[in-house]
Amino acid sequence: MTGGYRLGGGIIDRARTLRFSFDGATMDGFAGDTLASALIANGTRLVGRSFKYHRPRGIFSAGPEEPNALVELRCGARREPNTKATTVELYDGLSAQSQNRWPSLRFDLRAVHQLAAPLLVAGFYYKTFMWPAAMWEKLYEPAIRRSAGLGRLSGEPDPDLYEKACAFCDLLVIGGGPAGLSAALAAGRAGARVILVDEDFMLGGRLLSETLEVDGMPGVAWARQADIELAALPNVRILRRTTVFGVYDGEYGAIERVADHLPEPAPFTPRQRLWKFVARESLLVSGAIERPIVFGGNDRPGVMLASAVRSYVNRFAASPGRRVVVFTSSDDGWRTAADLDRAGVCVAAVIDPRLEVAAEVRALANDIPVHLGARVIDGHGGQTLRAVEFIDAGGARKTLRADVLAVSGGWNPNIALATHLGGKGEWSPRYSTFLASNAPKTMSIAGAAAGNLTLAAALGDGARCGAAAATRLGFHPGQLQAYRASDEAFAVTPIWHVAGARNKAFVDLQNDVTDSDIAVSVSEGFRSVEHLKRYTTLGMATDQGKTSNLNGLAIMAELTGQAIAQAGITRARSPQVPVAIGAFAGLNTGQHFKPTRLTSAHDWATGQGASFVEAGQWLRAQWFARPGETDWLQSVEREVIAARTTVGICDVSTLGKIALSGPDVGAFLDRIYVNTFSTLAVGKVRYGVMLREDGFVMDDGTTARLAPDNYLLSTTTANAAKVMEHLEFCHQVLWPELDVQMVSVTEQWAQFAVSGPHSRSLLQRLFGAAADLSDAAFPYMACGEFCLGRIRARLFRISFSGERAYEIAVPAGFGNALARELMAAGEDLSVMPYGIEALSVMRIEKGHVAGNELNGQTVARDLGLGRMMSTKKDFVGRIMAGRPALVDPRRPTLVGLKPLDPKDRLRNGAHLMAPGAIPGPDADEGYITSTAFSPSLGHWIGLGLLTRGPERLGARIRVYDPIRSGDSEAEIVSPIFLDPEGGKLRG
Amino acid sequence: MRIPCPYCGPRDTAEFSYRGDATLSRPDASGDPAIDDVAMFAYVYLRDNPVGRHQEFWYHGSGCRSWLVVTRDTTSHDISDVRLATAERP
Repeated sequence: MTGGYRLGGGIIDRARTLRFSFDGATMDGFAGDTLASALIANGTRLVGRSFKYHRPRGIFSAGPEEPNALVELRCGARREPNTKATTVELYDGLSAQSQNRWPSLRFDLRAVHQLAAPLLVAGFYYKTFMWPAAMWEKLYEPAIRRSAGLGRLSGEPDPDLYEKACAFCDLLVIGGGPAGLSAALAAGRAGARVILVDEDFMLGGRLLSETLEVDGMPGVAWARQADIELAALPNVRILRRTTVFGVYDGEYGAIERVADHLPEPAPFTPRQRLWKFVARESLLVSGAIERPIVFGGNDRPGVMLASAVRSYVNRFAASPGRRVVVFTSSDDGWRTAADLDRAGVCVAAVIDPRLEVAAEVRALANDIPVHLGARVIDGHGGQTLRAVEFIDAGGARKTLRADVLAVSGGWNPNIALATHLGGKGEWSPRYSTFLASNAPKTMSIAGAAAGNLTLAAALGDGARCGAAAATRLGFHPGQLQAYRASDEAFAVTPIWHVAGARNKAFVDLQNDVTDSDIAVSVSEGFRSVEHLKRYTTLGMATDQGKTSNLNGLAIMAELTGQAIAQAGITRARSPQVPVAIGAFAGLNTGQHFKPTRLTSAHDWATGQGASFVEAGQWLRAQWFARPGETDWLQSVEREVIAARTTVGICDVSTLGKIALSGPDVGAFLDRIYVNTFSTLAVGKVRYGVMLREDGFVMDDGTTARLAPDNYLLSTTTANAAKVMEHLEFCHQVLWPELDVQMVSVTEQWAQFAVSGPHSRSLLQRLFGAAADLSDAAFPYMACGEFCLGRIRARLFRISFSGERAYEIAVPAGFGNALARELMAAGEDLSVMPYGIEALSVMRIEKGHVAGNELNGQTVARDLGLGRMMSTKKDFVGRIMAGRPALVDPRRPTLVGLKPLDPKDRLRNGAHLMAPGAIPGPDADEGYITSTAFSPSLGHWIGLGLLTRGPERLGARIRVYDPIRSGDSEAEIVSPIFLDPEGGKLRG
Repeated sequence: MRIPCPYCGPRDTAEFSYRGDATLSRPDASGDPAIDDVAMFAYVYLRDNPVGRHQEFWYHGSGCRSWLVVTRDTTSHDISDVRLATAERP
C-alpha cells in the first residue's frame, strides 16, 4: 500500500525524489514535502506514543502547533529530540525515530500506564508522590526521571555552529501569509525598510494549502509572484524558515533554521541563527490556528485538524486516509469535505452540530451525506482510527467506518506575540475567540491574527495596515492596492467539548490532559486559568497549548458556570517555540565562551616554556618549567630564588592602568583613596587603598605622579574595569566640578617587574647613559620616563617581591622586544623569568595583600592598613567604615601563620580556632586566606584573618580543615615573613 | 531594550551597566558623625522600588564611558529622558 496515498497536483517537486527513513524503514518523498506529509503519503499513521499513557498517536496538524508527531531527528551527535514532523522539511537521507516507546512503537509495554490512569490524574505530582517520604529517593524520583521528557538527547557535544545576528528595519512583518505579503508589498513599495519573516520554507501561508484564488490566479501563484516582487526590492529582506519567538522592549527575537533542512550544514555555515531585530514598528500577521473539538478517543491516529487535512491534500498531494468523516462546527470545515471530494478521496459524512448552515456552505458538500445537529462522541480503533460514533439530531447513536476524522471547531487568531509585553487576550463574541488587546505600542495586528478570517479581508487588512505603518514611519505609500479574492464563509458556533464519551477525551494531546483532569482540578477548587494550567499541566508542553488552551479554558468555564470571557486566558510567554540553548550561546562556547586576552609578550613567554593560567580574561604565565623539573613547585622555587638572589623578570602588563590628567587630579585622588595623593611629589610613586562607599576595601595599587597634572594609577588585574567605572562615577556624578580627564591605558603599555639584587645592574645596562639609576638619583618609590633606544620607557621603582625591584613599561607593541632585551642584557646576571605563582609566593612572604584578602568583606583595618586612613580629609567609604561593627577590635585581622611542625602544609580556607576548642561556628576565630611554600624559609607559610590577631603574636592556634582532613597547629606571627625593616628593597 | 546615549545614539543595553536610583545625592560630610552616619547609611542602602517613572544611573562602559541619568518607566521600560550625569539634573 506504500505510496498509495499520493494524489495528483500539489506543490511538491515530483522530479526530485528524496529517500528517508522512519524507525529504520526506508521511504520516498518529494522535494517540497515535510516529514509529516511524506509519512502520510507513505501511509504511516502511527508516529509516536503519548507522554503519560503511551497511547498511540498520529499526525494531528500540518504546522508548528503540532502536539503529537514529535520525533527524534538525525543520529549520533546531531540527534535532536522532539522535532515536529509537521515542520521538518524533508531532505535526502533524513533519518527519524519515534520517541517515548519501549520496546517498539507498535508494541509499547508502557502503554500499561493507561491502567494506572487514576494515579496520573491532575496534580498527580502533588498527590501520588506525597508520601511516604522515604519512597521519594528510591522509587518516585528515579521513576519520574525515567519517564520525564519525550525524546533523548544525544549526550554528545553539538558539532554544529550557531550564530547571532542583528538587523534593523522600519517595519518587521511577522508572517508571510496573504496579509503579510500584502502588507510587505504596501510598505516595501513605499520605500520602508521591511523585514518579512516566515517560518515556512515557502511564502504564502494558508494560500499554499487552499484552492482559493487571488486576482484571478491560484493563490499559490499569487504568493510566488509577491515573493518575486519583494525579493527584487532592495529595501526588503525576506527571511524564510525563521520564527519570531519573542517580543522584547523594542526588539524581537527570532530563530532562523539556516541548515535544518540539510543533512548537515555546509562547511563554515551555521545550523541556526539567532536574530535580534530592532524594528521601529512591527506588524503581527501570524494568522490563526484551527481549534479542535474534545470528544472521546480524539487522540487516535487519524483524528486531525480539518485545515491540516486540506494542507496535506492540496499542498502536499498526500491523502491522510481512504475514508474521511468531517466533524465541523464552522463553515470552514466544509471546505475540507469539498477539497477531499475534488481530489477523489471518499468523504463518508459531514457532521455539524449546527441545525442550520447557509445554503452556499451546504453546497460545498455536494453529494456527501450530511448530518446536521449531530456530534461525534467517540473515535474508535486501536493504533489507528477505524470508526466514528456520533449522536444524530434525533439523539440516536450511529457509527460510521472511517480512517480519518477531520475536525474543525473554528479558528483562534495566533496572538501569542502580542501578549509578551503584558497585553491580554480579550474575548470576542463575534469570533468566539480571544483577540489581542493592549498589544505593544509599536505593534499592530492584521489579517487572520486580527480576526480577518477570510482571504479577501486578510489581504485588504494587510495592505491597509502595511500602508498605515509606512505612513506613520514617514513614507508615502500612495494608493492602496485592491485585491480580488473571495470572502469564504467562516461562520462558527463554537462547540468545545462533547460530553459522555466512553473513551478518554483529550484536551492537551502532548501532555495527556483529559477533560476529566480539568473536572478534577475544578472540583478541587482551582478557578484561575493560570492555576488550572499549572495544576493539570494543560498547555505546558513544547507546543505551549496552541491547540488545547482555549478548549481547556472553555471546559473549565462551563464547569464553573462562568463565561469564557470571565475565565480569561493564560498569558503567553516567550519563547513562543522551543529554541535550542545552542542558538542562545551562539559562538560563545568552549574556549570562546569569553574573550581571551594575551599580553604583548605572550609569544616570548610561550617560547620560554610558560604554563599559562586564566586571570579574568587574561592568560598569564604561571611558571616557566625547565628541563628536569617534575613538579611545578620545583619551578616556582627556582624562580623565587632567582628573583631574590640574582634577578627575575615577570610580565605584569595585565594590571589595570588608568591615566589621569588635569589640575584637580590630586584633589580627586584624595577623595578616592583613603590616603593622600595631592602631596605626592612629581617623580614619585605611592601605594594607595580605595574603599567602596560602604566602607569595605575595593582595590589597591600604586599611583605615580609623572608630571604636576599627570598621574598614572594602577589597579589589580581583576578590578581594572570596575575601578575605571568607579572613578568615572565619582568624577561624572559626584564631583563633576573637578577638572580631571581619565582614560584606561591598560592595553597601551607592556610592563615588566624586574626584581632582585641585580635588577639595577640589568636596567642600567639597558638604558645606558639615558638614565641614572643610582639610589641617589632614582631611590625607592621613584618614577620617571627615559629613552630606550628610540622609544620612551617608564620606570617605577616599586617592589611587590620585597627585593630591590623596578617595573619598566614600554608601548605595548614592544612587549616581546623588551622581554628579549631584558633576557639578553641579564644573561650573565643569571636573569630568570618568573610567573605569577612565584610572584604570589613572594608577596605572601612579604605579607602583601592580594585578591584573597581583598575579598569584599575586609576593611582597611582588617588588612593592617587602618593607619593609612587619613583623618584630615573626606574620602569614599570613610563614614561607613566607621560603623561600630567595622571598627570592632574583635574583627578578624591579618596575621602570618607558621606551622608548628615545619613539615605541615597549610591550606587556604582552613579555619582558625583556639587549641583544644571543639570545632564549630562558635569556636571559629578566623580563616587562612593565602598559603605558599616559602623557599626562603623552607616551610609552608600562610596569611590569615584572625580575631585580635595582631595582639596574639607568638601564640598557638589550631588550623582546622575537615574537608581535607587537616588538623594541625600553627604559630601566629607577623604577616611579614622576610626583611620586616624593608632594607632589601631600598638597596 | 536600547538606551539613546546622548553621545552615541540608541545603543543596546548590553553596552551599559546599571547602578540604580539617580535621585539620591551623596551627602556632604557635616562633621557631626551622628548626622553623617544616618545620612550616609540612607544614601548607601535605602532604595525605593517605584512603579512607573524612575530616574536611574546607567554607565555606557562599552561606549563613551558616560554616566547617564535615564528616566525609565519600570512597568513598560519606556525611556522618556536620557541626559549626561555631568549635566544639570532634571
